[in-house]
Amino acid sequence: MGAGKTYRVETRTTASTVAGVGAVGLIVVAVALPAFAGRGLIQDLFFILTMLVLAQFWNLLAGYGGLVSVGQQAFVGLGGHAMFGAAILCGWDPVAALVLSGVAALLVAIPTAFFAFRLAGAYFATGTWVVAEVVRLSVAQWKALGGGTGISLPREASGEMLGQAAIEALFGVRSAAARDILAYWLALALCVATIGGIYWLLRTRRGLALAAVRDNAPAARAVGVDAGAMKWVVFLTSAFGTGIAGGLIYLQKGRISPDAAFAVTDWTAYVIFIGGIGGIGTIEGPIIGMLVFFLLQSLLADFGSWYLMALGLIGIAIMLLAPRGLWGLFSDRTGLHVFPIRRRLAGGKLDATKREE
Amino acid sequence: MNWIDTIAQGVLLGGLYALFAAGLSLVFGIMRLVNLAHGDLIVMGAYLILLVVSLTGMNPFLAAMVAMPVMFALGWGLQRVVLNRVLGPDILPPLLVTFGLSIVLQNVLLQGFSADSRRVGAGALETASVDLGVVTLGVMPLLTFASAVGVIVALNWVFYRTSLGRAFRATSDDPVTASLMGIRPQGIFAVATGIALVVVTIAALYLGMRANFDPTIGPARLIYAFEAVIIGGLGSLWGTLAGGMIIGVAQTVGAAINPEWQILAGHVAFLVVLLIRPRGLFPRAFD
Amino acid sequence: MTLLETRGRTARYGDFQALFGVDIALAQGQTVAIIGANGAGKTTLMCSVSGVLRNAPDQVLFDGRAVGALPADEITRLGIAMVPEGRRLFPSLSIEENLLIGAYGRRAAGHWWLQTVYALFPILRERRLSPGTALSGGQQQMVAIGRALMSNPRVLLCDEISLGLAPVMIRDIYAALPQIKATGASVVLVEQDIGQAMKVADHVYCMMEGRVTLSGAPATLSREAIHDAYFGAHA
Repeated sequence: MGAGKTYRVETRTTASTVAGVGAVGLIVVAVALPAFAGRGLIQDLFFILTMLVLAQFWNLLAGYGGLVSVGQQAFVGLGGHAMFGAAILCGWDPVAALVLSGVAALLVAIPTAFFAFRLAGAYFATGTWVVAEVVRLSVAQWKALGGGTGISLPREASGEMLGQAAIEALFGVRSAAARDILAYWLALALCVATIGGIYWLLRTRRGLALAAVRDNAPAARAVGVDAGAMKWVVFLTSAFGTGIAGGLIYLQKGRISPDAAFAVTDWTAYVIFIGGIGGIGTIEGPIIGMLVFFLLQSLLADFGSWYLMALGLIGIAIMLLAPRGLWGLFSDRTGLHVFPIRRRLAGGKLDATKREE
Repeated sequence: MNWIDTIAQGVLLGGLYALFAAGLSLVFGIMRLVNLAHGDLIVMGAYLILLVVSLTGMNPFLAAMVAMPVMFALGWGLQRVVLNRVLGPDILPPLLVTFGLSIVLQNVLLQGFSADSRRVGAGALETASVDLGVVTLGVMPLLTFASAVGVIVALNWVFYRTSLGRAFRATSDDPVTASLMGIRPQGIFAVATGIALVVVTIAALYLGMRANFDPTIGPARLIYAFEAVIIGGLGSLWGTLAGGMIIGVAQTVGAAINPEWQILAGHVAFLVVLLIRPRGLFPRAFD
Repeated sequence: MTLLETRGRTARYGDFQALFGVDIALAQGQTVAIIGANGAGKTTLMCSVSGVLRNAPDQVLFDGRAVGALPADEITRLGIAMVPEGRRLFPSLSIEENLLIGAYGRRAAGHWWLQTVYALFPILRERRLSPGTALSGGQQQMVAIGRALMSNPRVLLCDEISLGLAPVMIRDIYAALPQIKATGASVVLVEQDIGQAMKVADHVYCMMEGRVTLSGAPATLSREAIHDAYFGAHA
């Protein structure tokens, strides 16, 4: 046996190091963007960033956790309504109330998980969808928040949010534009935290356990992985993050209604589309999917019904031709990973890092 | 609240939901396929019947019979060309493909027929009723319920008394060994989807006659169909009927207490049943 | 006359190669046995012949015709039926229905139908309406064999029919073999039970790690030769 040689586990590749440097540069540019970008661009980027957060969390659930949920819109709606409730009924600052968005989602996610984890596959999917509908119909009964027709953020709340005055002064813009910039920065922070957090999770032992449970739950249990605990962690984390995203989305919109906030199309179907197009089971997939989705929307949204038809046809085509999504197709061909999580054993006699992969 | 009347209405409503669900139950039971476009296929069937009626002026029931072979062919083709290619252990491809199909169908119908509400006229049948002393029941709901029972009896007959039905059950159990018996699984699945769309046509007939419809109401019907199939239990068509009736009765009772609670009551009933029996009421022994 | 043969049959499961150019032949009316340890590739070979695994067309010839790329249902309809490893009865079907489904790919009218299968395995007639899973292992094996016979095959592939059965049951099942052969079927037996295989086969192949390591009539093969071919012990 070799004496004194230590093994270490590595995930870094050349491509990922390059991409890491590039990502830091990108973030710096993104933070500085409001100084020279128009309001339209800021709003577009806000949309991209928030949808990407939703897509990453859905991907964590379905692609890594094996939990295909059709009910995440429940947490978007809860997050939005919790924030509005705190702002309107308790006078909280909407930005501070975002924390409540996550908490509210978490509180509903706990009993949902108790119920849904007894179900499998299509039963689980339908169960989560029905739970979301129950939440929607229940929230629509809450007259203080506008009931079925919805409600807007009052001027005091939407005009004087945390940091809004400072932005107005810094960039010389009016309150509505300042709100957009504030929301944009918050979305950027949320997106970076989400992607960074998910990547970190997958690189830890917990992440390895997650992949094992997804691939083969009984085998994972046989080596001591607590599959049940992993599912809870993933479900609650996704709910919390989706809740905050929901609060943020409606902070920017300034107006909420149950039908919009709990819409299965906007918050789940499009998210599934993004995941499917880009590829689930990787972090890069939803990013690619989001870019494609945004591109399609920008080019075709004026065409109304034809845009939706194109979306549907593209979804069908991609699933038939590239079931692992566009990123899956790309990384299969090139072996490239921007967020690599495959572990290699380095050091010792069988040093995998020395061999060209 | 007149309990007997409310429950009777709920049971009959359950027949409609069971009709919505029967085709879904068939496809889900045989190939474990979750078809998100199922509701939109029912709406498409309603438009097809409407088209036949407006072109030929024939009775809706006859129009439905004309539509059935067309729908069978559409289902058979859909399965062969698209859906067979996404069957497998991954749940995402069929989800996204059928969701894409749902969107395409809704928008094709929108382009073809506009967003106006339509209805298939049924003449006197729409308001006719039967007085049974204790309750008065509408003829249309009674016919709907009877059709649901008839469809389920017919499907069970196919499943348990014909060579095709044996092939369905064997392929559903074990497609590889079924192919060793000389069965081509892709072909069997195509026939199954074809039959499912024939059932969808019958559901479309009653959907079209009982209320207004437009291209966008598909997804709402879908969730009721799913609920009925799942609380009934995978593989049991009578279970699907039972599931439909539970949802129907819950909805009518809920509506009688407070009209705003109708849909919510149905969903709550679904959750309660699943809480007690996570695999549904009459699931197959093995899955 | 060679009824069925494989020529250089290779097979892979992803990156793993299970067969490295296997040649076997079955003549009309013959019984061929394929023996070997677990993982030798015997079941992979059977799956390759029956169409569950597909490869180049002329790696498998049936009656002179290249069938290597055909799907399983077509191969069954051509007249090759398989009794799969582990029986694989259909749990949703009763015994009788399991037998009937075997006739789905029925090639032609022939000797085997419900009556004659029940005559071969009388115990099945009593339990014909029970679900497939309610029977003992040996009885399930009888159903699996009967199910394959229902298509009146010209070639019967039997994959490990004695696996997990008590010696009495194995004897009963093998006792049915002569009647099966008498109706014109040629048989390929995959077995781990060497004794039985040697007793009934006209020709024996031994496989190890995806290759044929021994081939000959049972009488000509010595114990040592079989041992070496089976386990790969080097002299």
